Amino acid sequence: MDIIVAKDVRKKFKLKHGQQVKNNGIISNEIDALGGFDLNIKKGEFLVLVGPSGSGKSVFLDIVGGLSAPTSGVVYLDNKPVDAPSEKTGYVFQQYALFPWRTALSNIEFGLESRGVVKEERIKIARELLSLFGLSDFEDRYPYQLSGGMQQRVAIARALATKPEVLLMDEPFAALDAQTREILQNELIRIWEGTDTTVIFVTHSIDEAVFLADRVAVVTARPGKIKEIIEIDLPRPRNGDIRSSSEFAANRHKVWGALKAEVNKAQQEWKLAPGFTD
Amino acid sequence: MSEELTVPSEIRLKPRSIDISLYTRKLKPFIVGLYHWSHGIPLVLVFFAVWEALPRLGIINPLFLPTFSSTLQTLIELTLSGQLLLHALVSLQRAAAGFGLALVIAVPFGFLMGHYTKFERYTDLLVQGLRNVSTFALLPIFLLLLGLGESSKIAIIFYAASWQILMNTISGVKSVDPIYIKAARSMGVSDFELFTKVILPASIPSIVIGARLGAKIALMVVIAAEMIGAKSGLGFFIQNAEFNFLVPEMYAGILALAIVGLVVNYLLVWVEKKTTSWKRDISGAIQ
Repeated sequence: MDIIVAKDVRKKFKLKHGQQVKNNGIISNEIDALGGFDLNIKKGEFLVLVGPSGSGKSVFLDIVGGLSAPTSGVVYLDNKPVDAPSEKTGYVFQQYALFPWRTALSNIEFGLESRGVVKEERIKIARELLSLFGLSDFEDRYPYQLSGGMQQRVAIARALATKPEVLLMDEPFAALDAQTREILQNELIRIWEGTDTTVIFVTHSIDEAVFLADRVAVVTARPGKIKEIIEIDLPRPRNGDIRSSSEFAANRHKVWGALKAEVNKAQQEWKLAPGFTD
Repeated sequence: MSEELTVPSEIRLKPRSIDISLYTRKLKPFIVGLYHWSHGIPLVLVFFAVWEALPRLGIINPLFLPTFSSTLQTLIELTLSGQLLLHALVSLQRAAAGFGLALVIAVPFGFLMGHYTKFERYTDLLVQGLRNVSTFALLPIFLLLLGLGESSKIAIIFYAASWQILMNTISGVKSVDPIYIKAARSMGVSDFELFTKVILPASIPSIVIGARLGAKIALMVVIAAEMIGAKSGLGFFIQNAEFNFLVPEMYAGILALAIVGLVVNYLLVWVEKKTTSWKRDISGAIQ
C-alpha cells in the first residue's frame, strides 16, 4: 500500500528582479526546481532521496510536509492531497531548529501541546523518547548546552513525539562530524526498525543512503525528477558492521552509477550559469 | 559555570550527579557576582578622592565644587530628613508610569508593525517622522497642552521611552529565524500559537534590551521635565538648589540621581537575565 503518491509535481521559483538563469539555452527569470516528480512510497518503508545539489530534494520534502505548495501536480498522503502541514507528518531539519528558549524536554513537548495532550502525558512521552536516545539526564538543558549530535537527537525525538506516520528528514546528519553521524545513523535505524513509520530521508551521502534505505531514489539534476529507484537488498536488522561488507559496496556502486552522470550535469550547468549559485 | 558547558556527547554518559543544594543554586552565583562587582569599587574610590582633593587643594573653588565628604554629609542629612527620598520617589513614580505606559503600548504596536508588512507600510512613515523629533523640543508643547500637572510629565516620558521599545520590538519580531517558524508550522501550530510560542519568545531578548534603554531614557527625561515645570521630584530639587545657590544640596541631588540610576539599572539587568537565561551569552551591565 502506498502512503505517499506524488504525481507530476512541478515547482518553479521566481528569481529576484534583474536575476536570470539559462534553462537549456533559454534565458528565464524562473528556476525549475522540480520538473515532473513522480514517486510512490510504500507504507513503512525507508526511502532515501539522493541527487546533486539544487535538484529539488528538499523542495519535494517541503511539499510533502505541506510547507510549500507545488506549482502544478499533486502529492497524496493517505489518498488525500497535501495542502497544509498534516498531523501525520513530522519534520527533522539539517539545522536542528530546536527552540532555544525551551529545554530539551519542553522542545519535545511542543508538537503535543497544540494537539491538546495534557501536561503529564506530554512529559511522559517526552521522557520516554529522551531515554530512547540516551538523553534522560539532559531533559532540563537548553539547546546551547547540548552538542550538535545531542541537539539532533532531541530534534528527532521532537518529530517522533506526535507519532507521525511519515517522518521527513532533510539532511539531518549533514552538519555532524563523521563519527557522530555514524552513531546517529545506527540509532535512527535501531529506533526505526522498531516502528512502522515511513521515512523520507534526503542526503548527499551515498554511504548513508545505502545503510539506511529500503529503496534509494536517485534524483536528476535540476529540474529534479526521479531518474532511477534502486532497491537496497541488505538484510535487516542492520548494524554498523554491514558497512564493510561486499554487498554494501555493490549497492553503493549501483547508486553511484546512477548518480554520477547527474552530478556531472549539475556541475556543468553551474559553469554555464555563473549568476546562479546553489 | 563549567558544568553548564557542552558535555562531550557521543560517549554514552554516566548519570550526572545533580547537586541542587541551595548554596550552589542561589548563594554561590550571588557571591561570585558580588565579587566581580567589587572590582569596580577602586576606580570609584579614585574618582571620589580626586573630587575630595580638587577643592581642598584650592584647584577648584569650594564654593562651586564642595568636597566629596561634605557633599556626602549633605546627602546623608537630606536622606535622613526624608526630603530627598520623597523627591526620589516622586521622580521614580513618574518615570515608572511613563515607562509602563510605553511598554503597554509600544510592544503590541511593535508586534503589529513587525509581523504585518501591510500595517508597517501604512504606519512607518509617521512613526519614523515622529521618532526623529527631539523630546526636548516637544517638552514645552506637552506642558502647554496638558498643563503643569502629572499628566504632561508622564506623557512626555511615555513619548520619549516608547521609540526604543517600539524599534527593538519590530526588529526582534523581524529577526526571528525562519527555521523556527518552519519547524513550528511543520508541527501544525495555529497562527495564534505561532505568535505566542515562537515569535514572542524569540523576540523577547530584543524587546528586553529595548525596555532597558527605554527605562534609562525615562529616567533622564523625568529629570528634564521636572526642571521645567514641577514642584517636586529630583529634577525640581536639583534645579531649585541651583537657583538658590545651595551648592552642596545640588551636588547631593546629583549624587542621589546617580544612585537611583544605578539601582534601576541593576534591577533591569536582573530582569534581562531572568527572561533570557536560555541564551548562551548574557550581556552584562554595560550600559
